[in-house]
Amino acid sequence: MAVWSVKVLIVANMNFNEESQMMAMEELLGEDQAQAEKLKRTLRAQRRRRKQPLLEAVGPAVLPAEEEAEKDRAGMAAPAAAARAPRSLPPVPSTSRTSFAEFSIRERMREKLKAARSKAESALLQEGPSPRPRHLKSLRQRESETRWDKESDEDESRHMQEDESQMSSRVKFCDSVKKLKQKSHVQTDFPSAEEAYNFFTFNFGPEPDNIKDETKSKKKSESNQEEEEGEEQESIVSHQQEQTEDEMDEEDCLVNDREDLFIIDQMARDFLVVKPADYRSYSERLQKEREILFTPSILTVPMSQKVPENMQPRYLEDEGLYTGERPIVSLSNQNILENRILRQEQGKRWFGDDGKLLALPSPIKQSSTRPPIFSLEEGIEPELETLYRKAMKPMHANQYIVGSRDPQGQFQLDIDISGLIFTHHPCFSREHVLAAKLAQLYDQYLARRQQNLTKLLTDKLHALRNAVQSSLDNSGTNVPNPVAQQSVTEYKFVIRQTRRLRDAEQEKDRTLLKTIIKVWKEMKSLRDFQKFTNTPMKLYLRKEEVDQRSDKKIHEAEIQAEINELLEEYMEEYEKKMEEYKTELQEWKSWKKAQKTKKKKKIKQSQDQEEEEAEESEYGEEPVKPIPPKLANRLEVEQQVREKAVNIRRKPGESVLIPELSLTGSVTPNDLCPRAEVLRREDVKKRSVFLKVLFNTKEVSRTVTRQISSDFRVHFGQIFNLKIFNWPESLKLQIYETMGLSSTNLLAEMFIPVPETTVLTGRARTEEIEFSSNQRVMLDHEGVGSGVPFSFEADGSNKITLMTSGKVSNSVSWAIGENGVPLIPLVSQQKTGIPSALKNIDAVASIGTSGLTDMKKLAKWAAETKLDPNDPKNADLMQLIMVATNGDACVPGFFRLEQLQQEFNFASDEELNRSKRFRLLQLRHREVAEFRNYRQVPLLEREITEKLFENYEKRLRERDVIDSKDHLDAHRALVAKYLQKVRESVINRFLTAKHHFLLSDLVNEEEVPSLGNLGLSLFKLAEPKRPLKPRRKERKKITAQNLSDGDINLLVNIIRAYDIPVRKPILSKLQQPSRSSRSFNEMFAASPSLQSPTHSIDWAFNQALVHPFVEVSFQRTVCRTTTAEGPNPNWNEELELPFRAPNGDYSTTSLQSVKDEVFINIFDEVLYDVLEDDRERGSGIHTRVERHWLGCVRIPFSTIYFQTRIDGTFKIDIPPVLLGYGKEKNLGNERGYDSVRSLSEGSYITLFITIEPQLIPGDPVREKFDTQEDEKLLQAAEKYQAECALKFPSRQCLTTVVDINGKTVFITRYIKPLNPPQELLNGHPNNSQAAAELVARYVALIPFLPDSVSFAGICDLWSTSDQFLDLLAGDEEEHAVLLCNYFLAMGKKAWLIIGNAIPEIWFNIQQYDSPVRINFDISKPKLWKSFFSQSLPYPGLSSVQPEELIYQRIDKAAALELQGRIEKILKEKIMEWRPRHLTRWNRYCTSTLRHFLPLLEQFQGKAVEDDHQAELQKQLGDYRVSGFPIHMPFSEVKPLIEAVHSTGVHTIDISNAEFALAVYVHAYPKNVLSVWIYIASLVRSR
Amino acid sequence: PCLPFLPKFPAFDDLYCKYCFVYGHDWAPTTGLEEGISQITSKNRDAQQALVWNFPIDITFKSTNPSGWPQIVVSVYGPDLFGNDVVRGYGAVHVPFTPGSHRRTIPMFVPESTSKLQKITSWLIGRHPEFTDPKVVAQGEGREVITVRSQGFVTISFNVVTKDMKKLGYDVSPSDMQNPSVVSLTDGIHNH
Repeated sequence: MAVWSVKVLIVANMNFNEESQMMAMEELLGEDQAQAEKLKRTLRAQRRRRKQPLLEAVGPAVLPAEEEAEKDRAGMAAPAAAARAPRSLPPVPSTSRTSFAEFSIRERMREKLKAARSKAESALLQEGPSPRPRHLKSLRQRESETRWDKESDEDESRHMQEDESQMSSRVKFCDSVKKLKQKSHVQTDFPSAEEAYNFFTFNFGPEPDNIKDETKSKKKSESNQEEEEGEEQESIVSHQQEQTEDEMDEEDCLVNDREDLFIIDQMARDFLVVKPADYRSYSERLQKEREILFTPSILTVPMSQKVPENMQPRYLEDEGLYTGERPIVSLSNQNILENRILRQEQGKRWFGDDGKLLALPSPIKQSSTRPPIFSLEEGIEPELETLYRKAMKPMHANQYIVGSRDPQGQFQLDIDISGLIFTHHPCFSREHVLAAKLAQLYDQYLARRQQNLTKLLTDKLHALRNAVQSSLDNSGTNVPNPVAQQSVTEYKFVIRQTRRLRDAEQEKDRTLLKTIIKVWKEMKSLRDFQKFTNTPMKLYLRKEEVDQRSDKKIHEAEIQAEINELLEEYMEEYEKKMEEYKTELQEWKSWKKAQKTKKKKKIKQSQDQEEEEAEESEYGEEPVKPIPPKLANRLEVEQQVREKAVNIRRKPGESVLIPELSLTGSVTPNDLCPRAEVLRREDVKKRSVFLKVLFNTKEVSRTVTRQISSDFRVHFGQIFNLKIFNWPESLKLQIYETMGLSSTNLLAEMFIPVPETTVLTGRARTEEIEFSSNQRVMLDHEGVGSGVPFSFEADGSNKITLMTSGKVSNSVSWAIGENGVPLIPLVSQQKTGIPSALKNIDAVASIGTSGLTDMKKLAKWAAETKLDPNDPKNADLMQLIMVATNGDACVPGFFRLEQLQQEFNFASDEELNRSKRFRLLQLRHREVAEFRNYRQVPLLEREITEKLFENYEKRLRERDVIDSKDHLDAHRALVAKYLQKVRESVINRFLTAKHHFLLSDLVNEEEVPSLGNLGLSLFKLAEPKRPLKPRRKERKKITAQNLSDGDINLLVNIIRAYDIPVRKPILSKLQQPSRSSRSFNEMFAASPSLQSPTHSIDWAFNQALVHPFVEVSFQRTVCRTTTAEGPNPNWNEELELPFRAPNGDYSTTSLQSVKDEVFINIFDEVLYDVLEDDRERGSGIHTRVERHWLGCVRIPFSTIYFQTRIDGTFKIDIPPVLLGYGKEKNLGNERGYDSVRSLSEGSYITLFITIEPQLIPGDPVREKFDTQEDEKLLQAAEKYQAECALKFPSRQCLTTVVDINGKTVFITRYIKPLNPPQELLNGHPNNSQAAAELVARYVALIPFLPDSVSFAGICDLWSTSDQFLDLLAGDEEEHAVLLCNYFLAMGKKAWLIIGNAIPEIWFNIQQYDSPVRINFDISKPKLWKSFFSQSLPYPGLSSVQPEELIYQRIDKAAALELQGRIEKILKEKIMEWRPRHLTRWNRYCTSTLRHFLPLLEQFQGKAVEDDHQAELQKQLGDYRVSGFPIHMPFSEVKPLIEAVHSTGVHTIDISNAEFALAVYVHAYPKNVLSVWIYIASLVRSR
Repeated sequence: PCLPFLPKFPAFDDLYCKYCFVYGHDWAPTTGLEEGISQITSKNRDAQQALVWNFPIDITFKSTNPSGWPQIVVSVYGPDLFGNDVVRGYGAVHVPFTPGSHRRTIPMFVPESTSKLQKITSWLIGRHPEFTDPKVVAQGEGREVITVRSQGFVTISFNVVTKDMKKLGYDVSPSDMQNPSVVSLTDGIHNH
């Protein structure tokens, strides 16, 4: 089976070969297995069939020697076959045909086999050793194959038969010859391919038996065909037979082989020659190599070799020419190249003028223009990844798109190119040139004749003449009619013009005719001259005979009429000229006369004056004497007219010549023409022309290439249907001429107008468009060329130059769709012409986007484009334009951001303003102070009372009005107003700043624990749970957002107090007299002593005692501690006071502006025995508790708020005089150190105050303020601050502050010596210490007002000293600065201690920061860090302070007035506070007190106590007086009232109590006022 | 009427929530608590694993102005891995304007730590960043400075009754409703 398959494969291959041959296909052997399989199957069947005919033909007996037999019987086989196959087709072959077929087939076979051989060989190698020679079988295969093929195609099969028959015959021949020639081949056992090749390639000469073979085989095949059906059973037989055949072959081969081998052996020996190896010595080789090889040196080639001889290198770059950058080549390589090139012939050509190799500039760009693309493996960036997208029809990308909304909107332009005519072509012969000219002239003639202007004008002339004649006739008979006269002259004028025109036309006609005839004559002569005719053109001149007489008559009449007219004209002219002449003559005459008189004068006056001469010369030239006009001569005129008539008109009686051009002439055939002409004609034949159609400069189609015919006409007759998307911008035709096979030459371009939309296919007229080309073509034959001068004359004169030109007849039109709808772009229906169409397609495109908002432009555009207002597409636009043009909506000249805002406004502005409710809401929204937290805005208008706005309106109204009622002092009121304004502006600024949030405002986030923190917290774990001395812990802070009334409490922890004044021991001294007299001495006594004045023991027990308690009042809430004993009481009590924010607004801003103060009052609790009767003492205790105010500490809430807690010992503000109390006396009882300390002065109280829960104070304003400071300085300051903060984070360091205008100012600018008020200095001229004290007092008298109160927000505003004094209010900075400045002015060394010093900034870098422990020696750099150092010298900053402070004089009267008013107010207040009791005023006491006060002021409240007491005692005998003076700087009345209230003097509820109140106001310069209030209560002692 | 909270916090369990109402100046609660804390709820055992509070809130507001319409602010807390009580989400929603039954699902979010380190430490310490005041989620101000991460949803069902809205010119009822003139004794807007 293996054998089988292999065999079949080979067969198949061969077979395939054949097949491919037949089909003229290029498929070759061994294509693939599948095909082979298929073939195998078919072949098996074939083989079965094949066996039959063989059996029949040869018979069973002759099988072994089939080949030989066949050959031998070749001659006789044919008749036998014929006899055997009577039905076979008649044999086709004819001699010639066979030969032809044989030839061609042989050729083909050879080729195929050459290619096939290699393949076959390889296939055979695979096959392995196969003993059978295959040639026979393959041949059979072929036979069978062809036979099979024949079934399908008869025609082909006929060829095949021939072929096959030949093959078979050849095979036979080959076999016979083999024995002689091809022994080697047979021997190798692989004969198939090679043998076949040889077989086919060798020429064996004619084979006479071919045909017979052929016929025979054909017959065989025929029979085969017939008997196909019944063959199948015989397959086995055939197989066996085959095998026997093979054996036979083998035997043959073996016989032949022996001979062959022998021959080859002999040959080998004959040709073999043994020679010694060829050797060449090394040196010799080197020598040879040197001759052939060349090693370029790497040395630089000298310049002289590179440039042409005797020339200096020329450097273009130096001459300023651009040379470009040469590509980089290493020097050595360059040298090698140069050396190499120089060896060559003409090597110098490679070098430029500069001696360098010619090189183009380096084309490599410096940077890559393509982004780097990474290979897939590395992973492409997703955005760089290449994505496959299906190809899409490009959406119309430009604005030229037509009707993009309609996908079917394809528009079609039909371009019909019917033909092309050259009016000149390089290949034109001279005759052609003339012919073209003639044709042109004839065309012109035809056109003119069609117009027939001459006739028209002649008729008109006649009509006019008739009209004139008739009118003249009329006028002749009747009275001269001016109208008729007028019309006659008009007619005449028109006649003249018409005549002139007619003459011109006639002349033209005449010349045209003449030229035509002339050209025709030239042509004829040319034809005669050259003895051949090139063009079929023939001109006939048809004569039209005319009636001689009538013609003459008309002619004559015409002439006469013309003469008459002319004469008339001339007459008119003459008259006109005559007129002119006369006037001129007149002038001349007058001039002449004048001249004469002058001459006479001249003669008279002998002495000539220069003047006159000058005058004379001025007189001018002598005018020429006018010449009288000539009268026109009739004869002359007639002659003139006749001459003209001869020139321009047909002679009378002459026949009319009508030229007729026809193409009936015969062209001389080629063989009768001279050589040059033949060449020309052939050249023309070679040339062909085609047209390209370019749409929007893109080629869309082209015509077929057509030869130029001999008459230079090309007919195309092609219609191109252009389906267009884009606007037809341009439509262009390009004419190309091709010569032979090569060289396409663009002859000319021409633009075709895009048709009007009315031009539809079928209606379009064919138009001729001329073109011309300026190409110069010179030809070496009869053709005249193009752009080359040539001449018709023999002598070459009269040269003319013609350019290639011609006409293209075409028509362009819009196509009509299937349903009769023209396929025209819609918009273009309104358009005319392309550019406008382009422009109008889109409003945006034409007027730009900006134009859309410009109504005028839009309207203009709409008008220009003639938009169809009825087109629904344009509805929007039209409406818009209508509005615009009506002028209803004027276009605003500005850009509106929210143009729809108005529609969303639910109420108009007036309505909003009118409505109280809206106003209220708006005000609240604006956070106006009065309404900031207004709740529940009433729902209805009527529910809002006018009262609500009263305050606000009042405030607005009174912003500028100064109200002195509250302030008692005009100046202070002014200041208050000013302050108010500043406050408002600052508040507004901070309100906006409030809305800036930081993350920390919103989010609570644990800080990342640093290592230190971590350690600390670990350490804390070890702390005892309940330490013996617990420390206060930081509490959680709460933002003031979700707070309401009652949430916040003020915690006041009263710990202890020192040195509380005690009741005066003086009482004990007075004890005795009181006892005896029952006198009034109790009034000064401390209460307990009074319990039993008789018991001195009691007194002794009691006298050291004071029973102090502390009362804390805040926002009118009062809390008190328990009563303690002794001057150094220890309470350690916590008081809780509720805090209410103003208006219930707990926002940071409002909390900051809380001005309330915490009053911590210390009272002495005094018990009075009210027992009237001593007898009852045993059974009951009747005592009355009285409290005596001892002193107070005031702490503003703001301080607590910002400090978050107040912890420390404060000096109790104790009035200088405390009636009945003293301190120093009881000291003896105290322990040593206490006495020492208390010797100093004052009493102290230790407090701890905080707010529960802890409120987060407002954040410092983060805004950076404007500044006028030097940037460098600020930077240094910042750095300085940062450094300091790093070292001592808890200490404050200030370098810059904000002034009252909100600008950052360097702090030292505030420090400047300023003069204190002169009065103060005058007071103590010698004692500087005293003066200093006075000054200090003065400063202290200026009211204290913390910045944070006035300016809600923690911005520390520093006002200059003058501002401070003007405002008369300020916080510690201002006080300090002022004082410091004063001291400086007084020549003292002063520093401002805030952590900085004066005049430079110093930062405390000492260990402690409490003031007492600071070493103030700034010269020690170890302790004080200077801001200004060597590296940053003090720049000499100018101070912001004024040069000098101006003080107003003291206004004593005002002070007095104020004094009275304060007193009155306070008295009223006290009465008000005691509503249940009658308040009596002790006038006597009051006046006494009033006397004390100036003294107090004078001594500044020092040590006058005793005097007062004594005095009072003296004056008010029987009264128990308790009282004290209060001293305050004056700012407003309210604080005074508060202060009085806090003392609780009014709380005495003894029915018979009397009061005394005195006020003293001491005025200092600059309106600084010191207020003293002396208040006392008197109880009449029985 | 009750407010069943149906939070969807996938990873958390044992959550409780705090609620409060934020309203404008012209609003005032008449009855009910404006702040409160719910009970702790545990995950459902079913597939949904929802956390259901079914915590009722009853509050009545009165107002003179629709501006500042009340919003309910819900903040959800729960223990973290170490048992620290941390915030699990903030969210706010306006009380529906129209009377009737409504269901609102609020997306919840928590403020993000400012840095990675903060995140780690806050996780370790168990103190995640929290709003100083949960009411900021109902306000527009200050949003620009915070970064939040969304985290779960809370569903609230509202039963709203209004009164006298129509009388005062506010038509809040849906168009298809037949103008129910609710006559109630209290003057204001009820939110059950």
